[in-house]
Amino acid sequence: MSFLTIVQIILFIGLVGASFFVAFRKFKEIYDNIMLGKPEHINTTLGFRIKNMLLIALGQKKMFKLTFAALLHMVIYVSFVITQIELIEIFIDGLVGSHRILYHAFENIPFLHTLYVVVINFIEVLSLLTFFVTILFILRRTTFKVERFQKPELKGWPWRDALTILAFELILISFIFLMNGADSALHIKEHGEGYGFILSGFFGSMLTGLPNLSLELLEKLGWWGHLCMVMTFLVYLPYSKHLHIMLAFPNTFFSRPEAKGEIHNMPAIQHEVQSMLDPSFVVPATDGEIKFGAKDVYDLSWKSLLDAYTCTECGRCTAACPANQTGKKLSPRKIMMDTRDRMEDISKGKKEHGPDFADNKSLLGDYITGEELRACTTCNACVEECPVNISPLSIIIELRRNLIMEASDSPTEWNNIFANLENNQAPWQFSPSDRLNWTEELN
Amino acid sequence: MGKNKINQLSLSHHFIINQIKTMQYKVPVMSDLVAEGKTPDVIFWVGCAGSFDQRAQRVTIAFTKILNQLNINFAVLGTEEACTGDPARRAGNEFVFQMLAQQNIATMNTYGVKKIITTCPHCFNTIKNEYPALGGNYEVLHHSTYLQGLINDGKLKVEGGAFKGKRITYHDSCYLGRANEIYEAPRSVIEALDADLIEINKCRTTGLCCGAGGGQMFKEDEPGNKRINVERTEQLIEVYPDVIAVACPFCNTMITDGVKGENKQDDVKVLDIAELVAQANSY
Repeated sequence: MSFLTIVQIILFIGLVGASFFVAFRKFKEIYDNIMLGKPEHINTTLGFRIKNMLLIALGQKKMFKLTFAALLHMVIYVSFVITQIELIEIFIDGLVGSHRILYHAFENIPFLHTLYVVVINFIEVLSLLTFFVTILFILRRTTFKVERFQKPELKGWPWRDALTILAFELILISFIFLMNGADSALHIKEHGEGYGFILSGFFGSMLTGLPNLSLELLEKLGWWGHLCMVMTFLVYLPYSKHLHIMLAFPNTFFSRPEAKGEIHNMPAIQHEVQSMLDPSFVVPATDGEIKFGAKDVYDLSWKSLLDAYTCTECGRCTAACPANQTGKKLSPRKIMMDTRDRMEDISKGKKEHGPDFADNKSLLGDYITGEELRACTTCNACVEECPVNISPLSIIIELRRNLIMEASDSPTEWNNIFANLENNQAPWQFSPSDRLNWTEELN
Repeated sequence: MGKNKINQLSLSHHFIINQIKTMQYKVPVMSDLVAEGKTPDVIFWVGCAGSFDQRAQRVTIAFTKILNQLNINFAVLGTEEACTGDPARRAGNEFVFQMLAQQNIATMNTYGVKKIITTCPHCFNTIKNEYPALGGNYEVLHHSTYLQGLINDGKLKVEGGAFKGKRITYHDSCYLGRANEIYEAPRSVIEALDADLIEINKCRTTGLCCGAGGGQMFKEDEPGNKRINVERTEQLIEVYPDVIAVACPFCNTMITDGVKGENKQDDVKVLDIAELVAQANSY
């Protein structure tokens, strides 16, 4: 083993090890942030969970509500998954200092050799498709200006984040073709024919005029470039909306089973009211301090926090939202983005100022305003649309509960209906004794 | 003069036919039935809108007539019925919700209520999905599902009536559709009328809210550039319907207002599916 190979192995282990370490630390932080939330028991069977995960995350069933976008997304997704197969070889090569170890191992086993060539061809075709789809995705954001990508909450970092990921993809694919192309050229010069990779073989045939040393350097550049992009991706992922590629799985796995129309009960208030109506009822000691909805992320369910980290900011929720469509400030996507931002701000604060860090901010008020919350019609369009079963509505309801019951921040009209409901058992000012007046019109 | 005479004649003729078909409609009240030692098969949950809102009262009356015509053994809770608490819970006032819900559950459990039919998707959703956690377990049907069942069983005939061949589009109520996945029942009732059911682009899972849910019915809109009911009405009248069918008293109000706003009230009727069925039968 040459000195250069040993240096490369050390560099490889160092790069991969450091990337995994940095990424793991951030993933751990995200896990801790999600666990800031309140417990919520998701009452579903394993079968239900796996079915949801397979259909919605793996099968992207809900993506296909928008067929064109779903097909484009499917190309990138399948390509991403399949490309990981080539990464297996890259990892072995990196660890032992070999070159295309699987190709050489399979060279004399006809079936495996064919399989290898077919798989790489498949990867290359998908990669090329992905290259074009990625450009189309960039154009959808920047040139065609698809409406849901033009909303105010996407200005700044989210906009850069989306384009960064797309740029990463273009660079990563370019490195794959540089690596396979230069390698194919070398193979052609040495053996008179390529590996059997149609696309990179074609690129390679154009590079055969270059000296071997240049081709070897280009191949190394492609190999290391690809690896570096994969590692960059890994480290960048937990900071990005792109985290959905991982969290879509647990998020759909833990989908709530209830009918969408059901709003979670608040047992503590149930018991308190019960004790008012029935003095013999003893409030269970387990209730503890009654929380009036959510003021901050700590008061939300862990599932809502997982929802926030799973959100990829596609904005299908916002596009479907009746309030947003009619110019109100509410955007369900912003609710999810604000929740994530709040958690990130908290963990950033803790890192800088220690675990007891507290700013005088809260999700309700400093991130999400009453005006946004009050615009919601609870129509469930956002919940219905989300391709990964996120519920912005759960957060909206919890924040509204705090707004009304804790902050007493309620529009006058709502105060009037609350009073009517208490006094007349109807939202309007009619006497309960008039409830049957309609029968006078019957005959 | 001659023309007027004919009109008068046909009017009185019409009147006589209606007289023949008219029956004395009754609304049995639960407490009265109990006092008489009787038990109804179902409770007709009227809801606040159905009780007090003038437009929704007509739906209540239409549905009551259907129940009467079919000799359904039903009762209403009458003055013992309270709001289900839906607007309070959705606005965020859990205390008011709990007070109303527990009161209703106590009333119904005392009477041993088993089955409830309601013409309001909000009441339907709350009683069906939220009351069980508070000890209220009932079989709850929205009237669209109930009417569909009656039609399927051959108990209710609606075909060939006043709506034969009419262009009817259906506006999905959020609390029936997305919230409870009831999309087909109201449609099958409309189709049974021999009407021409026209679907608009944004229907079923993608149906736009009328703008009333989540307590919005009872307050001014937040600042924006359009009212939701106007947006929705525009989508609905785009297909030139004779009738916009609804299955929710709040949708009814919102879309009716929207149609008036567009000055289309002479061309487009907004009717609940119970009204469609009752009118098809000249009840």
